[in-house]
Amino acid sequence: MEHGTTEPGTAGPENQAVPDRPTPTPAPGTPAPGAPSSGAPAPVAPATGAAEEEHRPSPREQERERFRRSRRRRDTWIAALSTLAFLGLLAAAAVASPGWDRVHGLFLDAGEFRAALPEILQGFWLNVRMFLVAEALILVLGLAVALVRVTRAPGLQPLRLAATVYVDVFRGVPTLLLVFLVGFGLPALRLQGTPSQPWVLGVIALVLSYTAYVAEVLRAGLESVHPAQRNAARALGLSGSQTLRHVVLPQAVRNVLPPLLNDFIALQKDTALVAVLGPLEALRVAQIKADYDFNYTPYLGAALLFIAVTVPLTRVADRLQRRAAQRTRAEAAR
Amino acid sequence: MNEPLLRIRGLHKRYGSRTVLRSVDLDVAEHEVVCLIGGSGSGKSTLLRCVDLLDVVDDGTVHLGGTELTDPRLDADVARRRIGVVFQAYNLFPHLSVLDNITLAPRIVHGVPRRQAEETARGLLARLGLADKERDHPDRLSGGQQQRAAIARALATEPELLLLDEITSALDPELVGEVLDVVADLKQRGMTILMATHEMGFARQVADRVCFLEDGVIREEGTAEQVLTDPRHPSTRRFLSRVLDRR
Ligand SMILES: Nc1ncnc2c1ncn2[C@@H]1O[C@H](COP(=O)(O)OP(=O)(O)OP(=O)(O)O)[C@@H](O)[C@H]1O
Ligand SMILES: [Mg+2]
Repeated sequence: MEHGTTEPGTAGPENQAVPDRPTPTPAPGTPAPGAPSSGAPAPVAPATGAAEEEHRPSPREQERERFRRSRRRRDTWIAALSTLAFLGLLAAAAVASPGWDRVHGLFLDAGEFRAALPEILQGFWLNVRMFLVAEALILVLGLAVALVRVTRAPGLQPLRLAATVYVDVFRGVPTLLLVFLVGFGLPALRLQGTPSQPWVLGVIALVLSYTAYVAEVLRAGLESVHPAQRNAARALGLSGSQTLRHVVLPQAVRNVLPPLLNDFIALQKDTALVAVLGPLEALRVAQIKADYDFNYTPYLGAALLFIAVTVPLTRVADRLQRRAAQRTRAEAAR
Repeated sequence: MNEPLLRIRGLHKRYGSRTVLRSVDLDVAEHEVVCLIGGSGSGKSTLLRCVDLLDVVDDGTVHLGGTELTDPRLDADVARRRIGVVFQAYNLFPHLSVLDNITLAPRIVHGVPRRQAEETARGLLARLGLADKERDHPDRLSGGQQQRAAIARALATEPELLLLDEITSALDPELVGEVLDVVADLKQRGMTILMATHEMGFARQVADRVCFLEDGVIREEGTAEQVLTDPRHPSTRRFLSRVLDRR
């Protein structure tokens, strides 16, 4: 027959016989003439769970598992020992170096560290606040710029041009330079209502710089969503903005989450650039302390605080990156 | 026969200088299943997209139950709510669970409360043999399960007309049957369907009528039995012998 292989279970109207497919609960009693195939798709789905729970690993598998475990133990030992040995070598080299005593005194003074830490911590709280405020603004503005850049509405041409120029310029200027320009230039204009607190000026500079990066990341995300997804949404009757909000944007963000997080981590660190404007954030506090006692240990304290925040964030970003890679592979394998 | 549910008259569609559909006339009556067959590039997908207003037609009219869909003053988003569509691939939204895929349109387009939308969706999933998959994301489903979920989603808004575009062509042969079963079941329940397919055996089983498309022109149209077993037009004969030979 011409439809031999591809329609195994199709029970058309003139074909009442239940096809010879393995059906777990054969209900031959009343094959209601009106609904020949209503129950047909069901058998393909379930019938897993119970069988899997009862499965007991065979002796061979148990042996394999024992071997894998001992191998893992051995690998852990090797990794730990080699790391220790490496760190020991590094420490020995440092201590043996001619300048060690000086460095030890200047950078690793425990008393100095303890004395400075509370104030640095207080300063760091300002870094965290600057980060949070800047981040919120960057996300909103970055999305706006990205959307302007991807829309094709002819009326938005001037805006699109402005967005392109903005991104080009502000990605090209070093962030520190922007902090100087905004921090000293904006107040010098003496415009009505310009903020004067240095930390606010610093946040403005960071927002200007990072919005350009984040906008580009989000734009890449928006463009990575398959056009068929938009069609599918429109076909369901979703309006343009509903499609953007419920279908395109979630996928866009999901696709670029790792680079987005990397930008956040960079931003968190760059809040220290605002120190040049003078607000008492962690680096500035450490600097004051260091100048006062001619001891650089406070810098180490500030560095540790930044690390304490960025390392967990980095781990999260790594995990998301791996997950994204897995998902891409799974989707490609279909 | 009274007024057909879908009435297409003199439909023209061009892409650039290329004419893809030429004076297409086609009616689909209520509860009727019409299959579009034809070679690759003959215009089947384009025709379905024009009916769903995903493409703008260059000439001609499309009426759905007395409303002219091709009227530019008509809000396309509103018109589309009466039509359900399943494409060949990339149907489901990968960031949503199967259940959320199905309830999205009822909730945000039709304002159905979440609980009620989910109840309806569960009913549909059970009917299509996907009851245990509602929490899964699409990438955890097999191709056949994905297409069945896509059908469930298209049905969730209770469309008057269902458009299916080669919904089995991206599937492995053993998965084709389970999806086609669902379509046969929909026909039993009185759904009106216009579908593009290259499953000739299936077309013969479910189609009330078959249209053969070539270069954007309907060359032959008739009952499934007549077109598929006793084609009149030479190009239909050529096409059929080509696809049937491949098996
Ligand atoms: N967006 C587009 N832009 C330009 N040309 C297009 C576009 N979509 C389709 N076409 C052209 O229109 C013609 C008909 O395409 P269509 O997708 O309708 O064919 P089809 O019958 O569905 O083919 P298949 O069986 O391969 O799916 C093809 O020649 C195709 O190249
Ligand atoms: Mg097609």
